[in-house]
Amino acid sequence: MSEHDTPHGEVVGTGDGYGSTAVRLDQGHVEGTGGLPARFEDPGLPPHVARMADLDEKGAKRAEKQVAALFGLSSLGTILFIVAYFAIDPEKSGFIPGIGNASIYNVVLGITMALALLGCGVGAVHWAKTLMPDSESVEYRHTQRASDEDRQRVVTNLMDGGEKAQLGRRPLIKFSLAGALALPPLAILLPLVGGLGPLPKDQLSTTMWKKGDRLVRDPERTPIRADQVTIGSVFHVLPESIKDSEHVLEDKAKAAVLLMRLNPEDIKPQKERDWGHEGIVAYSKICTHVGCPVGLYEQQTHHLLCPCHQSTFDVTQDCKVIFGPAKRPLPQLKITVDSEGYLVADAPFREAVGPSFWERGSA
Amino acid sequence: MNALAARRRHPAAIALLLLLGLILTGVAYSTFAPKQADAATAAASSVEEGKKLFLANCATCHGLQAQGTKAGPALPGVGAAAVDFQMGTGRMPMAAPNVQAPRADEVRFTQEQISAVAAYIASLAPGPAVPDAEYTTGEGGDVALGAELFRVNCAMCHNFAGSGGALTRGKYAPALRDIEGKHIYEAMVTGPQSMPVFNDDNISPEAKNDIVAYLHEVDKQENVGGMALGNLGPVSEGLFVWIFGLGIMVGFAVWLGRKAA
Repeated sequence: MSEHDTPHGEVVGTGDGYGSTAVRLDQGHVEGTGGLPARFEDPGLPPHVARMADLDEKGAKRAEKQVAALFGLSSLGTILFIVAYFAIDPEKSGFIPGIGNASIYNVVLGITMALALLGCGVGAVHWAKTLMPDSESVEYRHTQRASDEDRQRVVTNLMDGGEKAQLGRRPLIKFSLAGALALPPLAILLPLVGGLGPLPKDQLSTTMWKKGDRLVRDPERTPIRADQVTIGSVFHVLPESIKDSEHVLEDKAKAAVLLMRLNPEDIKPQKERDWGHEGIVAYSKICTHVGCPVGLYEQQTHHLLCPCHQSTFDVTQDCKVIFGPAKRPLPQLKITVDSEGYLVADAPFREAVGPSFWERGSA
Repeated sequence: MNALAARRRHPAAIALLLLLGLILTGVAYSTFAPKQADAATAAASSVEEGKKLFLANCATCHGLQAQGTKAGPALPGVGAAAVDFQMGTGRMPMAAPNVQAPRADEVRFTQEQISAVAAYIASLAPGPAVPDAEYTTGEGGDVALGAELFRVNCAMCHNFAGSGGALTRGKYAPALRDIEGKHIYEAMVTGPQSMPVFNDDNISPEAKNDIVAYLHEVDKQENVGGMALGNLGPVSEGLFVWIFGLGIMVGFAVWLGRKAA
């Protein structure tokens, strides 16, 4: 046993057939001297392991066949692709196991093209790995620093050039040249900044809604009578003035409104009841988070959900945010009925609809 | 057997064993699971008959007078359309209380029995009637207009292709594939469960017919791509690419870095 004691950390042969460098389990942890050596020795390359194809001509032959087969598969894929391109009716669909009903044309083209490309690539890699030279080689990096004469010559040339161009003697040229070089980027920057478009003015804060504007259905644009809105109903609403809009999509994106009728007793804040009409309430459909259309209305819980990030608004509590990333409640549109019984806006939105923007302030 | 024993510590062995166990359990369950007893087959469309069916099948949750209990809502005023929708799509009677009644492939009552219950519920208080077949087939409907109406009114919950989507707390908007036009119409008129009501003043019967026409057109549409992955958009497609696309690429990277044997 004593022959295995290694108090100074050197590894000795275990003499049990595991080679001279194997460490026996009962040797346990070998304590080092601590600290790093001043310089690590280059460990050199690991021993070369010969491949099957290097040792045995049969193995090499087999690898060659495999590579050829992969390349052949690639060619076959290309040929099948061309055949399928002309032979299969693009309109035809059929049942494909694992996919279901799908266009056979697209699926076959996809599979054959995958064969063509993958066969090529896999074949090339297999070839490189099995048959191409496998000897390790080392190339040391040469020094990158130029010779002292070269460095000196560059400096001399530069100084000489400056001298001949009379830069030192004619400061007027030197300074005007500096200006000429510094200013031209402005000619590039100016159109870039100017091209960002006109300032939005009050367009972000205002919508088309104004006092007396009738609420109309989207997309039919027909006015809505109060008695048509039954409890549990939801109407997707635009202002009637949208018909005069020159930028319908922009205006629609701000003015879209959701109209719901609740049992008036379910509505908690007095303001919400006052701004509505007998339990009919109108809220901006534009989410205060990033402006998605908040359209998912659960008529049993009176929750309004935004489909983009799951912000949830409680219609019974003046559309307060009860879940999700939105920070402000949806703005309510004050509505009333006109002399013919149609729902109209009683005032424009009191605050800006939709997501926050720089000039919006906290209101 | 020796070959099998030698491979019992193979990394794939546990996965294979699990798969085998799952398949066996599934087969055993489908063989021995109790079969649904056939519902009463009496056929009559009278209010009396409907009341009998109601008392036998619905009153546990909806109350003996359909006045509603903690387990189910009051039914006077929901109309024949609601009954025809809920029972005709297999949602009612519900197997167990849940956040939402799921659609069932197997409808346990004949149309006559459903009509009888509908007549009984309609006799309690006026409500939306079963719609006229003229507006429920989608025939002659304007598919483009129907699609626009669908995108404005329905798509936020049911997805633009009618694939359905999630709501809060386990509720969901069901997929609208291969649904009878009558049931689509009835759902709009009655607003089942979380769905709001779209009465005939909101979306006219002609417009509802257009929506049905659009949904039927979607049903007919050929799948031009490969796997639809539920038509759910970037979530399911992204998940697929993350798992399979990246998996394949990682596999290739490992193979590229490995020395040939």
